[in-house]
Amino acid sequence: MTDIADSPAAALDAQRFSELRLNGISRAYGAHTALHPLDLTIRGGEFIALLGPSGCGKTTALNSIAGLLPLTAGSIELDGRRIDTLPPEKRGFGMVFQNYALFPHLTVRRNVAFGLRMRKVPKAELERRVHAVLELVRLTEHAHKLPGQLSGGQQQRVAIARAIVLEPPLVLMDEPLSNLDAALRLDMRAEIRRIHQEFGLTTLYVTHDQEEALSLADRLVVLNAGHVAQVGTPAELYESPRSAYVAAFMGYRNILTLTATRVGTDVATVVGEGVKLVGTVAGPVTEDADVQVAIRPEDLKIAAEGAEAAFEAVAEVVEYHGREFQVDALTRSGKRVHLRTPERVAPGDQLALTVDPRRALVFPMEGEPT
Amino acid sequence: MEARALRMRPGTWLVWALVVFFMVNVLGVIGSVVLDSFGRTWFNGWAPQGYTSSNYSQAWDEFDLGQVMTVTFQVTLLVVAISLALGVPASYALARRDFPGKRLVMLLFVLPILVPPIAYGIPLATMLYKVHLAGSFTGVVAANLVPSVPFVVYTMTPFIEQIDPRLEQAARMCGAPTRSVLGRIIAPLLLPGMLAAGILVLVRTFGMFELTFLTAGPTSQTLVVSLFSAATSAGIRSSQNIDAMAVIYTGSMLVLLVIALRFVNPTQLVARSRD
Amino acid sequence: MTAATITQAPKLALRHRLAERGIDRTLLLILPGVIAIAALFCYPFIYGLGLSFQPAKGGVLGAYSAFFSDSFSEGTIWKTFSLAIPSALINVGLSVPISYRMRGDFRGKRLLLTLLVVPITLGTVLTAEGILEYFGPVGWFNLTLQKLGLVGAGHPVNLINDYWGVLFSLIISGFPFAFLLTHSYLSGIHPALEKAAATLGAGWWQRFRHVTFPLLLPGLLTTFCLTFVLGFSVFPSAIMVGDPDGKTHVISIEAYEQALQNFNYPQGCADAMIMTALMLLVIGLVMGIRALRFKGERIFYTGSTGGKG
Repeated sequence: MTDIADSPAAALDAQRFSELRLNGISRAYGAHTALHPLDLTIRGGEFIALLGPSGCGKTTALNSIAGLLPLTAGSIELDGRRIDTLPPEKRGFGMVFQNYALFPHLTVRRNVAFGLRMRKVPKAELERRVHAVLELVRLTEHAHKLPGQLSGGQQQRVAIARAIVLEPPLVLMDEPLSNLDAALRLDMRAEIRRIHQEFGLTTLYVTHDQEEALSLADRLVVLNAGHVAQVGTPAELYESPRSAYVAAFMGYRNILTLTATRVGTDVATVVGEGVKLVGTVAGPVTEDADVQVAIRPEDLKIAAEGAEAAFEAVAEVVEYHGREFQVDALTRSGKRVHLRTPERVAPGDQLALTVDPRRALVFPMEGEPT
Repeated sequence: MEARALRMRPGTWLVWALVVFFMVNVLGVIGSVVLDSFGRTWFNGWAPQGYTSSNYSQAWDEFDLGQVMTVTFQVTLLVVAISLALGVPASYALARRDFPGKRLVMLLFVLPILVPPIAYGIPLATMLYKVHLAGSFTGVVAANLVPSVPFVVYTMTPFIEQIDPRLEQAARMCGAPTRSVLGRIIAPLLLPGMLAAGILVLVRTFGMFELTFLTAGPTSQTLVVSLFSAATSAGIRSSQNIDAMAVIYTGSMLVLLVIALRFVNPTQLVARSRD
Repeated sequence: MTAATITQAPKLALRHRLAERGIDRTLLLILPGVIAIAALFCYPFIYGLGLSFQPAKGGVLGAYSAFFSDSFSEGTIWKTFSLAIPSALINVGLSVPISYRMRGDFRGKRLLLTLLVVPITLGTVLTAEGILEYFGPVGWFNLTLQKLGLVGAGHPVNLINDYWGVLFSLIISGFPFAFLLTHSYLSGIHPALEKAAATLGAGWWQRFRHVTFPLLLPGLLTTFCLTFVLGFSVFPSAIMVGDPDGKTHVISIEAYEQALQNFNYPQGCADAMIMTALMLLVIGLVMGIRALRFKGERIFYTGSTGGKG
């Protein structure tokens, strides 16, 4: 590894900002709003993930911050200085594109050196920095190759190297792992995490994969059709999602639409179509209103002999996962539920299911965001 | 990037100015011809001294345009039909099979598109004279096939390559004999491509000058060749009649263009094989 | 094993072996097209080549030496090049900034492309006819010049029956062609490449110089070749708006006159061969530059420009 005093990380403290403020940034195309006003303060060194399905506005937000799309409203301030009026080449942010966008006519070395050349960095320093970064991503022996001669994972690493060699105050990543196969994705995820830990570069990471977001980010921003659904640490979103939409994203695969019959301060009783259970109130819920109840598959358990069951279901598909079974079951009213259980279950089995009240979250019905 | 596009920089102004200048001059070129064809006499000034449509009827008789138009459409449609008949099966085979010598065949088909018509037209005309086909309707059709068949091949081959070969395999698995596979599965899928290729050949043959000029006789001239002959023959032919003929040619061509553009995009009319 | 089975086995193997190499009955479909092209293109060309070596007098190379010894016919080479090269340079040169500004979609783009296709489709004959009127001594162009005071009244600029008329004709029909080709090459360069360059700090000129232009150059060289061929084979406009017996006596006119007016077929074919050879020379030169290598590596990148590399 390179000498600590020489390492890019040492030079970085000078580059790091203390905060990047997004003030109500928004982007609309005529009548259609791709991103509703978004407020977010990013602290230097943070790893922030923008999470959501396609079309939720996360890529629009990223491109607006990069300067590749103009804002139709709002402003961006870096340590108090407005930067949203600057073109992308003046903002100095590094960006990793989804399809890598490597310059096909330049070698790996020249691709990585491109940004430094644009800044007219002196030759000796340029070579030193490029060499250090290529070693960091373990591509030194491929430095003279053209991107077309590299594998997907190698191209990915070149794209990352090209972005971070500039030691930018902010690194933007647009679903960088989505074009890789599963095994490679896990390796590259570890790589990104390692680079972030070593350099501490502030990173804004866009993805639709909640597992990726949870494992990489310090904070997550969940987006839904251009609106912010929730902002928080992975633990906050995992334990206390604020809406059924966020819950669904965080792995609460069972979202049941039921009616609340009795609502207390902490708990509520919900019934509907052969289901009766008690859950924890997680949002403004009123009596006799329709609600959405979110339950994780691992929290939906098969009731012990003689114990009261919340509802009954017939197992349809059973997948063997080694230490447990993943079961898709149909309730009497045709609702599909997912559960994980160590008990041996066979298709066609009649199951009596129950759930701990603390593990069932009750949310008000969500209308479609405008 | 978009923000910059909203503010027009001097570079953008210059580019648009050039484009507009070009368009204005092209319009002027075409417009002069059109205006003159409707004019009584036009010796100087911005417009003719008077207007009439008699130039058109005069041109029709003087240049025997009825016969010329008939010949033009006969030649054009025949060339379209034959080049499709020859080119589509060839492009099917080229799209579906890789065989030794394929590159040679592709080269054979690209040469008539790349080599300018004058260069091979003169030897071709020479040969047609020797076999006594020069100046005949057959000779003109044969000459125009040379660039058209490769054009069909180069238009259709990528089109067929896009059709999943597994469709044919699935048909065979369902028990269809070859002629059914070709007739019921392939042919309907090919029709849009054939239509596009046919229209492109139509437009190009209608405007093809050099080949027809070199091989046509007095009764087998297409409209564009007649136009050229009239414009360059010595004589006291009034130029307004020639311009009327030119307008008839332009009008027909524009009609064909409008029809063509419903099925193909503008670039296809022009693109030759690249790389 | 019976004798029948043993003799059957090798026959089957041959058909399968051929099929594996792609040879089967389907290839018969190619035959009609190949025969047509061979008969109508290859054979006449070879026949013409052979004929060019059988002139009435002068021996095998009689026709060729006659061409080069006569200053009138030899002069066609210079005259043709002096039209083809400038027109190709102008057409390709102008197409670069214009298609660069027009990359990406905007309202009315298809209309613009359609308008640009019109001159090409109408063809050189109509363009030439129009140029005679429009650029003529009493045409609108000269009238405008006089009105703007750029030219004295009664002293119109002489543009027709001259080199300039033919050059204009080549630009009017050649520029849209070069533009459409350049435009499609430009569109093949993935837009993310320029965006990436921008995030790396490259301004618009740097993006063009370091990313777009190197990726465009091989396509430009090809476009130049095709546009050059169009100009080198100029024929009807050189007669209609040019000075066919003088300044614009281009090589195609010379070949035509020899073959179909003087009925000197060997000479005409020889002239056509010379014309083809000269074109191939230029194309070979340009394509050779395109494929140049320096220390074993290609100088110009000619691979995919889709973005991933």
